[in-house]
Amino acid sequence: MNIIFYIAAIVAFVATVMVVTRKNAVHALLYLIVSLLAVSVIFFISGAPFVAALEVIVYAGAILVLFVFAIMMLNLGANSGKEEAKLLKPNAWVIPAILSLILLCELVYVFINYDGASVELRVIGPQEVSQSLFGGYMLAVELTGMLLMAGVVGAYHIGKEKKREYHRYLQTNENS
Amino acid sequence: MLSNVRTLWMVFLKMFKKKVTIQYPEKKAYLPPRWRGRIILSRDPDHNERCVACYLCAAACPVDCISLQATEDENGRRYPEFFRINFSRCIFCGLCEDACPTYAIQLTPDFEMGEYNRQNLVYEKEDLLIDGMGKYHGYSFYQQAGVAVGVKPKGGGEKEDPPVDVRTLLP
Amino acid sequence: MNEILVQILIIVGVLLGTVTIAAGLIYVERKMLAVWQQRSGPNRVGPFGIFQVLADMVKIFFKEDWIPPFVDKKVFIIAPTIIMLSILMSFSIVPFAPGIVIADLNIGLLFFLAMSSLGAYTIVLAGWASNNKYSLLGGMRGAAQMISYEVFMGLSLMGVVIQVGSFNMTDIVNAQKGLWFVVPQFVGFIIFLIAGVAETHRLPFDLPEAESELIAGFHSEYSGMKFGMFFVGEYLGITLVSCMITILFFGGWLGPSFLPPIVWFLIKMFAFILFFVLLRAALARPRYDQLMSFGWKLLLPLALLNVLITGAVVLSNA
Repeated sequence: MNIIFYIAAIVAFVATVMVVTRKNAVHALLYLIVSLLAVSVIFFISGAPFVAALEVIVYAGAILVLFVFAIMMLNLGANSGKEEAKLLKPNAWVIPAILSLILLCELVYVFINYDGASVELRVIGPQEVSQSLFGGYMLAVELTGMLLMAGVVGAYHIGKEKKREYHRYLQTNENS
Repeated sequence: MLSNVRTLWMVFLKMFKKKVTIQYPEKKAYLPPRWRGRIILSRDPDHNERCVACYLCAAACPVDCISLQATEDENGRRYPEFFRINFSRCIFCGLCEDACPTYAIQLTPDFEMGEYNRQNLVYEKEDLLIDGMGKYHGYSFYQQAGVAVGVKPKGGGEKEDPPVDVRTLLP
Repeated sequence: MNEILVQILIIVGVLLGTVTIAAGLIYVERKMLAVWQQRSGPNRVGPFGIFQVLADMVKIFFKEDWIPPFVDKKVFIIAPTIIMLSILMSFSIVPFAPGIVIADLNIGLLFFLAMSSLGAYTIVLAGWASNNKYSLLGGMRGAAQMISYEVFMGLSLMGVVIQVGSFNMTDIVNAQKGLWFVVPQFVGFIIFLIAGVAETHRLPFDLPEAESELIAGFHSEYSGMKFGMFFVGEYLGITLVSCMITILFFGGWLGPSFLPPIVWFLIKMFAFILFFVLLRAALARPRYDQLMSFGWKLLLPLALLNVLITGAVVLSNA
């Protein structure tokens, strides 16, 4: 159990580092997928199989496919790397780096002071997840649903075909 | 949607129909006599070459795969010195057969002409010339028309009147 | 010790069995297509052309495995392995008979959906890595098609899940002892069937590879064993979807007791494989926009309605 956790954790860590350092956007996304798969393994062995499956289905399977899709359409050439290098000036990355450093320190502190006894593994199945989703977190689920609905409507509005004006001779062909 | 289901059912029923495949090398499909296949040069009933080397076939050929050279024998009868068809170009359109005034060049119901060496697809006269009369039995161009070239006397052909002596006034 | 041995035997058996079936499908498909088109199909290699499979395998193994110089080499090599891996992984949750299952996960169905959604990468990455316009078009079509049809695939299964109350495959089969789910979940079955065809990008939904317009689409640049992996992966996908239809809607291994359960399972599975071949023999490929609007405008509302009605009926009976 522990060995699997550490393997998955190392894979996730290395893959995430590779995501940040890759020049090729598609390669970076592939490493991101590997990282997500590793995280889903961690979910699975820490007693959340449902979340693990959803992680693969939704994140690795659907959202990142769309990312790859979008990157493929953009057709980033060799020049995009150079332009990116110009964007990466110290004043752009210093503040986020400091913030993440603080978080890292906190994490290390928590890990060091962790007594290691209080965790008990319990498998949480789909039923429990759905009960808490539609029970205690009802409001959050509904709000998320409304947000997604707004997104769908917005996407429909943007993607809607403009009404075309046809000459009267061509109007019979309009609906074909 | 329903039409798709109907298609599925009808294609399924094809399972119980007779197969249309002919197992080719063992069984061969019937080819009609007018099938446009390998080109031959035929002979007339007197066993002479029908070809009079008029170049009409070469002129009619859309891909220019026929080449020949006319010459004459001791009687003044024309025949091809060489007659060459490049079958790697030939499209078997049959226009040469249409153009031929003497039924010499004919397309036959044969298509098995595969070769490993491309050069072998160039057929010379000895490859093309057959012993028989092909599709038109008993036809001899010189018996119908044409000049006296040792085959028949002048005016001796079928449906041909003897020559008129224009120097006499008697009817 | 003995249990581990049995487990290993099952794993090896399932692996060999599925790959053999997938390879045999090369012959079955060609022969059945011929039968439905009034031809004779392969009949030269061995009696009835049975050794055509071997001939095809030998050919594919000895073909030059060429990597074009313009491709993205790493991704080009990874792409065909993904489909084989993801589909073979999915077979681990398929219960062929009581006890003959590699991993009886309690989220078995979700695992299948997860693996089939990972299968989309093989098309996207193959299309992108080939660095070829037609491949890219095929890859993009494949991505859009598979993501869209995954949605209905998942939703169409939820009716079954609601009725059983579990994602476990063995539980799903056992719940069908009285009545196969094809009767109460007929809409779900139809949607799953269509989505299954689209997920395995088989004809008539083979738009990512459409020979007539995209020159084999995402695998134009592939040759040799890498192409073979796409090829076998497609047949593995058909086998998997047939297995899933059998388990989810046709009672898995259940059947009259004069035949052993595994035989019932295989009979049902092969019936659906043949149905897939019949689909290929009979139907024409839709246009891409027709495929998308058919999915989103017809199948999605139907699937949602099916879930709603099933939920309401189950709730009122409870």
